Amino acid sequence: MKQKKNLKWIKTLAALLIIALHICPFYIMINISLKEMSDRSSRWIPAFKPYFQNYVNAMNTGNLGNAILNTWIIVFFSVMIVVVVGAMAAYPLSRHITRRNQIILTFIVGVMMVPQLSILVPLYKEMVALKGINHIWGIVLVSATFHLPLSIYMFTNFIKTIPSDLDEAAMIDGCSRFQAFFKIILPCLKSTTVSVIILTGVGIWNDYQFQLYFLQKPALRTITLAITTFFTDSRQDMGAAAAAAFIVVLPPVLLYICLQKYFVQGAMDSAVK
Amino acid sequence: MKQKSRKGISIDILYLPAVILLTVFVVYPLLSGVQISFTNWNGYSSTYKYIGFANYKKMFHDKMFYTALKNTVIYGVGSTTLQTIIGISYALLLQKRFPGQTLARVIIYLPAMIASLIMGYISYFLVQYNHGAINDIMIALGKEPVDWMANGERAVWIIVVINALQFVGKTMIVMIAGLQGIPDSYNEAASIDGAAYLQRLRYITLPLLLPAITTSVVLNLIGGLKLFGIILATTSGGPGYSSHSLSTLINYLYFQNQNAGYSSSVGLFLFLIIMILGTIVRNFLEKKAEGIS
Repeated sequence: MKQKKNLKWIKTLAALLIIALHICPFYIMINISLKEMSDRSSRWIPAFKPYFQNYVNAMNTGNLGNAILNTWIIVFFSVMIVVVVGAMAAYPLSRHITRRNQIILTFIVGVMMVPQLSILVPLYKEMVALKGINHIWGIVLVSATFHLPLSIYMFTNFIKTIPSDLDEAAMIDGCSRFQAFFKIILPCLKSTTVSVIILTGVGIWNDYQFQLYFLQKPALRTITLAITTFFTDSRQDMGAAAAAAFIVVLPPVLLYICLQKYFVQGAMDSAVK
Repeated sequence: MKQKSRKGISIDILYLPAVILLTVFVVYPLLSGVQISFTNWNGYSSTYKYIGFANYKKMFHDKMFYTALKNTVIYGVGSTTLQTIIGISYALLLQKRFPGQTLARVIIYLPAMIASLIMGYISYFLVQYNHGAINDIMIALGKEPVDWMANGERAVWIIVVINALQFVGKTMIVMIAGLQGIPDSYNEAASIDGAAYLQRLRYITLPLLLPAITTSVVLNLIGGLKLFGIILATTSGGPGYSSHSLSTLINYLYFQNQNAGYSSSVGLFLFLIIMILGTIVRNFLEKKAEGIS
């Protein structure tokens, strides 16, 4: 019994060391964000007199407020498309299993392997032709499309676990296939929908490659683009840069801490069949 | 089973929007990328010439391409190895309840919420030469500060570590889910038979964990081979071109070199590598998992 108790203590100690390791970069970031540029003390020493001006500078010079708004708009509309189009597509792909539909599902899941950068050049060319550069709808459609396969994959896996007696019973009662989907299956998808919203939402919030090319107007800058300006800026105002990093990292991190259970569930849904 | 609705329209039309989006924004560009890779297009002018396989010939004689290819493999395989080993260790430690367990899980998974570009910038505060947090420790210990990212080979490995630590939480969660699927009775029976912890790990836990390992290895490998944000934030491919991955090289060739045709060829090559390596590794691990069950 005593040995078991000792083991518990060793485990707690190991956990604390791991926590310290993983929290280091964030501690340093917050520390830098609270120190004046002229403060040359070690980055490990806490900022005893917090210098909040860095946060004001970050918001003003980087126009972060605007960037955050742009990002929210893009995330909102992309996620809507990903959820609606994804759930719709998953229904025939999991219920009406024909050879053709199996091929289509394999194709959709295969798209997950296409790296964004592999098609950067031709996609840019296409977007210029479609006049989608520097328009919110352009980046929304592209971001949504790239997150669609994961959504279809997760919804398909989930619908397969719902007994098909359920929709068949509904159809015997006079529902059409479409009504069976919208009235019976759709309400069952709540938990998967939450997972899809979280995964694709965080993914698009953090996206960078496409935004870099498709949103060139400063007014359309998103958070990842805005952050870059702080680090490529010649003044090297690390205080403001760290403050900006903290501001844009905060929303997904807070969301994660509040909705932990769903995030973990989502991570499992996306990986385990 | 009734396959058509009353109106005679197949429910298959429900996947039409998805197929259209994927065709327009993924399949079509992929195909038109093949076409562009045979041209000398510079990325903005309206005229270009077909130059046959010249871009591909150039690629196989380009030192920069070979460096990027080698680094891409290191980013992919290195991160995957680290993530798998550390991820399994974390999962074994944090599987059962004890004080600190929940907090550790939350903190380990937290960096996965952050854009890898921003994680790169945050890590830059640690590895920076001038006043970086690691050099602050070196100075405090009375040692000379080191310019960590000035040596390309070392920079590549530092980037591997940053990437692995950022996403190790995802691996950990998949492994914990896998561990929960292993009945306690297996381990109990073995320990009654006198198997030590390491023996149980080697002959019971790890083999039964193989399906979970397969999933996370494939996901991590693809993620590592695509690596882009952290490199851009910490070295932008430098010094020189020594830490480029294929992804950052594509960006560089297009953005700074205005060589869209060549950039497209490298893009297609990256796609092929990811498809081939991903498939091989998945088949290998799945066969192994089947052999056990």
